[in-house]
Amino acid sequence: MKDLMIRGADVVVRTLIEENAEIIFGYPGGAIMPVYDALYDYHDQIKHVLTRHEQGAIHAAQGYARVSGKVGVCLATSGPGATNLITGLADALIDSTPLVCITGQVAAHLLGTDAFQETDVVGMSMPCTKWNIQVRTVEEIAPAIAKAFFIARSGRPGPVLIDITKNAQTDFGEFNYVPCLGFRSYKTKIEINKSDIQKAAEMIDAAERPYVLYGQGVVLGKAEEEFKAFLDKSGIPAASTLLGSGALPQDHPSYVGKLGMHGNYAPNILTNQCDVLIAVGMRFDDRVTGDVKRYAKQAKIIHLELDPAEINKTIRCHHSVLGDCKDSLSLLTEAVAAKSHHEWLEKFRELEREEDAAVVKHDITPTKVGLTMGEVIYQVNQYKADDAVLVTDVGQHQMIAWRYFNYKKSRTQVTSGGLGTMGFALPAALGAQMFDFSRQVICVVGDGGIQMTIQEFGTIMQTKAPVKIILLNNNYLGMVRQWQQMFFDKRYSFTELDNPEFVKIAEAYGIKSQKISDRSDLNEAIEDMLIHDGPYFLEVVVEKEDNVFPMIATGCSVEEVRLS
Amino acid sequence: MKRYTIFVITENFIGILNRITIIFTRRGINIDALTASESRIEGIHRITIEVTASEDTVIQLVNQIEKIIDVIKAFYHEDDGVVYQEIALYKIPVSKLDGGLEKIIRQHNAKIIAAEPEFVVLELSGHKEQTQELLEILKGYGLLEFARSGRVAIAKRMHTIDSYVK
Repeated sequence: MKDLMIRGADVVVRTLIEENAEIIFGYPGGAIMPVYDALYDYHDQIKHVLTRHEQGAIHAAQGYARVSGKVGVCLATSGPGATNLITGLADALIDSTPLVCITGQVAAHLLGTDAFQETDVVGMSMPCTKWNIQVRTVEEIAPAIAKAFFIARSGRPGPVLIDITKNAQTDFGEFNYVPCLGFRSYKTKIEINKSDIQKAAEMIDAAERPYVLYGQGVVLGKAEEEFKAFLDKSGIPAASTLLGSGALPQDHPSYVGKLGMHGNYAPNILTNQCDVLIAVGMRFDDRVTGDVKRYAKQAKIIHLELDPAEINKTIRCHHSVLGDCKDSLSLLTEAVAAKSHHEWLEKFRELEREEDAAVVKHDITPTKVGLTMGEVIYQVNQYKADDAVLVTDVGQHQMIAWRYFNYKKSRTQVTSGGLGTMGFALPAALGAQMFDFSRQVICVVGDGGIQMTIQEFGTIMQTKAPVKIILLNNNYLGMVRQWQQMFFDKRYSFTELDNPEFVKIAEAYGIKSQKISDRSDLNEAIEDMLIHDGPYFLEVVVEKEDNVFPMIATGCSVEEVRLS
Repeated sequence: MKRYTIFVITENFIGILNRITIIFTRRGINIDALTASESRIEGIHRITIEVTASEDTVIQLVNQIEKIIDVIKAFYHEDDGVVYQEIALYKIPVSKLDGGLEKIIRQHNAKIIAAEPEFVVLELSGHKEQTQELLEILKGYGLLEFARSGRVAIAKRMHTIDSYVK
């Protein structure tokens, strides 16, 4: 019996392997050292990526999870290691990203004594985790991790944290792993109510100007095919949220563009002209709705949603279909009549032409000397692979990249949507690349955001992850500057940056780099970058004071979207 | 704004109360009273929360509470949907005991549950209005201390928690 006993730390690693974790992003420290010691023995069964900061580790795990559809795993020590995870946890919760984060904790007998590197991470992470638990004995380790994986990936996915005291890691116990298949307080499977489907189909069939809004729920529910089939049959125009991009190829005849504050012109304006609005796996974020009091008031709203707490949260719907959209969409496709909506679609195309003339032309074929962010992304489209992943940070470049990137495949959009975490892109791109070295991962980042996690160049160097990094440098915190210009009388308060020579930094990390500022160099630079075998850093100096349009200013209605 | 009673049926999990109260804190909503106890079924706890809010807000709160992984079920009632009771204790100096006080105790159906050389403790169960009324009167009798519980409540509708606990 005695030889069946293993160390708690080994239980941790073996349970991770049982849960099919292939890779851990982490950073060692005192209270997690036994687990790191165990990892030494299992390095042929599970990979570990040493990031340069715990925030980098968790964003990398997020990038990995978003691209792979698997649970991202992250490891950190107690105290500061644990607190450095908090931003990533909040980001993953609001963007429904499945993560299992394991933190070390001081030995159980020291809990509550302000011991070295002790912090109440369970208490701190409560508002930003789907579930969390502290484990104080070796026997609890395997059941807690099994439960954590189940919770993270089932239902509406989210981040989970397990805090394991040091004594539990060093004590010996049996390896008592059993997969978690469910428990009574947590319902993961919602039976679709057939009469809900029937009613939704009747509303849709009676509509003259139906309109679909889709979000990340389609991707998380692996319902891309069902969604496409629904649009193919119903012929309804469909617009994407930020995180929904990729769920539908943009060349699909129903695709009409992007929603929200910096989305497209037509999808925003026509939200207030449709007669039936069908929201699929999206949560009516305030960046999508603008002023809720003037949002789609003329329309009957149908909400297809997995999370009951999202129904009627910000927008009151007339009818809801609760459940996994993979199920509800296929039932709904059967139930609706085959139709086409040519005239209605033409309205979208008409407004699209207005946007082309007023905004897109300026962005893509600029007359100014300075490069625009838009033309850079537009050129990326010419050379990128169909399944290239776009990872962006937060700000102007994020909105521009989203607007102009040609999404053709699902799980190609990785960005910090709900939380808007600057510094997300570089580590998230690394994580996305670690899932698959053969896939193109293009990281577009601003000069502000990159400096928040620039230390992860070190991780890229060490892993040789062939991430293609495009820095769009305007020497400003561009989005804040745009707001200052538009809403704060051009009082540019602390938004201009004196920047380092980024190329030198990248080169110091052994990353091949190039800096360009001339339009004539753009195409070749992008091509060089994308064909390069290994990581690449391309700095593009862009117009300093360019703005992102269209825009729905704060407090405005979707129909008040501005083109300039 | 109305008074609502929220019932939470939950696993007995460390930190569950914290997770629940965070939902109120985040929205800036004050909890008027809260009680927690084990339910009829071993291992399952019930938490009763009294809150003054609009029905829309209460629905949001209940939805968010139910989203907590270890919560089995949450629901809400208006006051007329529940039978509820609160308990109040009053500490009075013995020197103030007289015939008048005896009459008050009888009228309010209060009980003397402890008598010490220097003080007595009265107990009254009822709705807040009743315990409050007695409180106001006893302030004239040199009231030394007063404590009142949150409400314990049972829903009127014929529905048991067993159906959620499988």
